[in-house]
Amino acid sequence: MSFRYLAGRVSQALAVILVVTIIVFGLLHALPGGPARGILGPQASAQQIADFNQAQGLNRPLPVQYLYYLRTLLHGDLGTSYTLNEPVSQLIAQRLPKTLVLTVLSALVGLAVAIPLGMWQAVRRNRPVDYMITGLSFVAYATPVYFFGILLILVFSQILPWLPPQAPQGDTVAQVLEDPAGLVLPVVAGAASMVAVFSRYMRGAVLENLSEDYVRTARAAGTRPRAILWRHVFRNSLTPVVAMLGYYVPVLFGGALVVEQLFNYPGMGLLFWSAAQASDYPVLLGCVLVIAIATVIGTLLADIVQRLVDPRVKAGAE
Amino acid sequence: MSVLIHADPAEPTPANVPGARLGLRRFTRNRFAVAGLVVIVFLILFCFLGPVIYPTDQIHTALTQVNLAPSAAHLLGTDAVGRDELGRLMYGGKTSLIVGLAAGLLATLIGTLWGAAAGYAGGWVDAVMMRIVDAGIAIPALFILLVVSAITTPGVPGLVLILGLVSWLVPSRLVRAETLTLKNRDYVLTLRAIGGTHSRAITRHILPNAVSTIVVAATFQVADAILLVAYVSYLGLGVQPPQTDWGGMLSAGLTAAYSGRWWLILPPGLAVILVVCAFNAVGDGLRDAFAVRGRS
Repeated sequence: MSFRYLAGRVSQALAVILVVTIIVFGLLHALPGGPARGILGPQASAQQIADFNQAQGLNRPLPVQYLYYLRTLLHGDLGTSYTLNEPVSQLIAQRLPKTLVLTVLSALVGLAVAIPLGMWQAVRRNRPVDYMITGLSFVAYATPVYFFGILLILVFSQILPWLPPQAPQGDTVAQVLEDPAGLVLPVVAGAASMVAVFSRYMRGAVLENLSEDYVRTARAAGTRPRAILWRHVFRNSLTPVVAMLGYYVPVLFGGALVVEQLFNYPGMGLLFWSAAQASDYPVLLGCVLVIAIATVIGTLLADIVQRLVDPRVKAGAE
Repeated sequence: MSVLIHADPAEPTPANVPGARLGLRRFTRNRFAVAGLVVIVFLILFCFLGPVIYPTDQIHTALTQVNLAPSAAHLLGTDAVGRDELGRLMYGGKTSLIVGLAAGLLATLIGTLWGAAAGYAGGWVDAVMMRIVDAGIAIPALFILLVVSAITTPGVPGLVLILGLVSWLVPSRLVRAETLTLKNRDYVLTLRAIGGTHSRAITRHILPNAVSTIVVAATFQVADAILLVAYVSYLGLGVQPPQTDWGGMLSAGLTAAYSGRWWLILPPGLAVILVVCAFNAVGDGLRDAFAVRGRS
């Protein structure tokens, strides 16, 4: 991988982050009453808003304000929540690790199920097993996360009292991990659509590799089918599938939003949810910004990893 | 392991079958796709003609008839204010299907124009336009929709507009990629050489040749939009009572489900799953029939 590619790709990611800040800045100004209303709260009078705008320079031209906004962002300042009265950056720093626990576990479980399923489907291509799993993936993809979550709670915690219907409530990651039973249903709910999508990718990747010349060569040389499948095809199929994880980051966060609300898991999704109920705009926009940046970094890493592992990949983002 | 004996065989192309007939044959051979088409037709009939055969009052509440379990009088029981659940399924389905179709098509339209313009223009215009798409994709739609729900509660047209505006990004990438290959074809270059305008090149030559990509993208887009509509009520953005949609019925029934009234969530939940599966299956079938690249 050339330095030139790396520099180009990183600056492209920075450009995307810049556009994200413009979108978030635009949302901030699209709010009823503008950012002053967002910070002073719904009870502020017109006079208070005018004073605030004067004091904070909010009556200056928008481009000037945007530059000021960028400067505060670069200082790590995302504003102050007006319902929780804490800096947004601090709130996110508390909640993000817990959301990461949930999403990473969901991703691991999802991949652990999806990869063998996809392999199995490819090997048994166009047989009943393949059709059955394809049908199930369609259903899993089409099921709203909250509907699936409710069914899980009904079956595994109401009808069969096996698992708690509520996620662990601890303040820190360590406390959350002390209650693994509570994590089972949220993680399964988060992993379901992932199994659907990634088993399809894996199936496609394995089929594509099976038709490659190197497989024919290996077969002609007398390599046992099992060895071809596991030593060559499996490894070569894994890279594009794992790289897809980077592009999947926004979906994982979207799923976490619903799962955390449903299972009352105190992560960033639940923080975002309660902020929306209370119109706590600084928190809402701060979370959007953090998630978008995480996604851009995920995509960047996916592109780089894919190029490192497979030099044939030329146009990462195209 | 017999799969390893022969590599994935490409469908043999019969010599004298015209393209359209060949595509149709490929589509009808895909059992999932045909089943999907049947399901879509059935659900449209169910939602739009169903109320004629099975008329119910979906406007007024009937407080003597609340939370009844399924019976001969109410095939799927009644909800918390006494409305017939089967009738409500038809009534809500209308909104879900209309909003989903409209939003999916709107997203495809925006994405098509954006992608074609970016791909055709090339250079820095393309770069800026596609960075905007990247930025939009980086912000999950559910988060944007929840922010919007904190600001306003739109009616049906507003909902279609908002859903369209958050979901045009993927089709724009597909159409751009298609435009990149089409804009250097001889017929486009010839048109330009004899003085044809850019807009003529795009509307008369590039978009018609990209139509299979666009149709496939639109089908998947409608599936995603219907799924998104099901989330919208859950997020607090949905249509207001007495109107409803499947997502609204689902979120209204969530608490009831804990007290054993399964008939308030299973029918709308299964309806959403069924229709989204159906559109995705048709999209899969169309993609194979047109032999276009798209999402897998």
